Amino acid sequence: MPGTFDESGADLELVGVTKRFPGFTAIENLNLMVPAGSFFALLGPSGCGKTTTLRLVAGLEEPTAGRILIGGKDVTSSKPHQRPVNTVFQSYALFPHMSVLANVEFGLKRRGMQNSRELAHEALRLVELDHVAGRRPAQLSGGQQQRVALARAVVNRPALLLLDEPLGALDLKLRRQMQLELKTIQGEVGLTFLHVTHDQEEAMTMADTVAVMNKGRIEQMGAPEELYELPRTTFVANFLGQSNLFTGDVTASGKDAMTVRIAGVGITVPRERAQRHAGEVTIGVRPEKLTLHTSEPRLGSDHNVLGPGVVTDVSFTGVSTQYLVQVPGLPLITVFAQNMAFGPVVEQGAEVWVSWRVEHGFGLADEPEPEPKFADDDDTKSIAVQHRQRLEDELDEA
Amino acid sequence: MAFGAFASSGPDLSGAAPRRRSYIAIILLAPGILYLVATFVAPLVSLVLTSFKEPGGDFEIGEYVYAFRWENYLEVFERFGEIFLRTFGYSVIATVIALVVSYPLAYFIGVILRPFPLWQSLVLILVIAPFFISFLLRTLAWKAIFADEGPVVSFLQTVGVLGPEDYLNGTAFTVVFGLTYNFIPFMTLPIYASLERLDLRYVEAAGDLYAGPGARFWRVILPLSLPGVVSGTLLTFIPASGDYINASKDFLGSTNTVMAGNVINDLFFQSFYPVSAAVAIVLMIAILIPVIAYVAKSGSEELL
Repeated sequence: MPGTFDESGADLELVGVTKRFPGFTAIENLNLMVPAGSFFALLGPSGCGKTTTLRLVAGLEEPTAGRILIGGKDVTSSKPHQRPVNTVFQSYALFPHMSVLANVEFGLKRRGMQNSRELAHEALRLVELDHVAGRRPAQLSGGQQQRVALARAVVNRPALLLLDEPLGALDLKLRRQMQLELKTIQGEVGLTFLHVTHDQEEAMTMADTVAVMNKGRIEQMGAPEELYELPRTTFVANFLGQSNLFTGDVTASGKDAMTVRIAGVGITVPRERAQRHAGEVTIGVRPEKLTLHTSEPRLGSDHNVLGPGVVTDVSFTGVSTQYLVQVPGLPLITVFAQNMAFGPVVEQGAEVWVSWRVEHGFGLADEPEPEPKFADDDDTKSIAVQHRQRLEDELDEA
Repeated sequence: MAFGAFASSGPDLSGAAPRRRSYIAIILLAPGILYLVATFVAPLVSLVLTSFKEPGGDFEIGEYVYAFRWENYLEVFERFGEIFLRTFGYSVIATVIALVVSYPLAYFIGVILRPFPLWQSLVLILVIAPFFISFLLRTLAWKAIFADEGPVVSFLQTVGVLGPEDYLNGTAFTVVFGLTYNFIPFMTLPIYASLERLDLRYVEAAGDLYAGPGARFWRVILPLSLPGVVSGTLLTFIPASGDYINASKDFLGSTNTVMAGNVINDLFFQSFYPVSAAVAIVLMIAILIPVIAYVAKSGSEELL
């Protein structure tokens, strides 16, 4: 419908979408529902298929299988220029041969809007750049270009606005400013936002709903707090913040809680916070939920305790201090303690116990790796340790 | 100034160098300046002086003395005005045809074949390959192909496009064909260079902003490749205007297709040096004026 704007944001629905490129599969049978008016973030590491998903929605790639619906209308076979979608590209892709104003006006003119100049100025005022309307994009700073790219997309009032890591190139302060601005614009304009990013903080601060993607699939989807407090898979637990993960056998499984044997101690996890309730399971707890004790604590059954262990590293990060605790038979435990007093509470080498409230634990859905002790050996830390071991052996021989 | 267009989209470094006197710079520039003075400025001055010469006292052919005989120019306009118009017409037509043929070709090589570098090089070699054979030889070959008993004329006569008495060689068609054919690589290569660098993300962005195929081409692809188009048209139009091979009656032309270059050539070998020089200068100015206007227009508005 040329010459008119969409009334409001529209639902986006992906049904069984698969995208294969020669040699690899970028997306495998993806089902996704983004309700109208929401701010939805696709979060994942590079190569997880999130940008491909965005390009499929924009029409810049064609799915190998599956359907894409915008506002209930099947757009799978429509060309990009026929879709009620606009994109803020990662590279901004501002036309270098046009003024800022002409860039913003471009989409309006193509749709035959009457008062395109007026609307373009309005959009530039929204991003506080109307004073540079006559300049070429190359004469603007990175942050300004990003805002022009945003104005160029928002001015068309698309039913769905796609953001492809648009904040990636900005420094921290500008990034915060833009994040706020995006939220404000969304509030004012009422569009549906689909935001693709690898920055978990960006996704968590901006989105109503976050979908964590890995290897072409959605691992978990939900509100940011929910994803953080109750990750369901190892990937989510580690990609979204840090986690202490332990693997052990379930020894008792009751109505409300189950007990997992970790390093000879029974650890309790609430039943509804665990995905699996029998056999060998992986459980976890966030580092800031842990408390350090310098003597063995006497706590009730609503706490889990591990220890004694030795503090192997203390690093000060400003708001908090990070302690690494080595408990025999367990991977290194990370503890974040808020700096309520000056200086670290315990020194390196101290004997400590760690505890956490039962309701902070979570159980993951992953099948434990068949050889977990070897599977961990390919991270950089293990490689460094092995390397050091080899060097020490050589020195001993000499 | 016209040559600024050839440096299509390089960074503008003017004013970047520190403004200080450097003898090293002068020493480094000296060979170039000397070369230009000896091969460009001196002949140009000599050409201007020659164009005003008048016949010597004893009226021997080829004997001229320095004078200010501006009537030489009057003679140029009276005798050769029509030929200048024809030269301009042929060159413009050849340039336009070369552009229309080259752009899709350059787009094909620079954009469509971009994911296949091997094919890209192969097709580029095909564009450049004719240069390995002498320009004269190739033009002569076309003369044979277009000959009265040749394959093209016979075919066209059979089909009925040409009558039994019609011919091709020596007509405006063969001359324009020859000009187009010989200068087409000079059009293709700069456009290819522009399109090869074209960032396809701009085209994607235009599509995302509701531009259909037509708008994507006219609003984004063409303006972004304009530096190549300007270079290509200049590299085709300028040499085509001065060409004297294609239009000569020994090649694809006849007495009805004489171009300015042929006039200069003929007058020179008939020892009419002053008029010949005057034709050369008029031709030079006649080319420079539209070229400057063209570069100024494209440079101010659309060129990056």
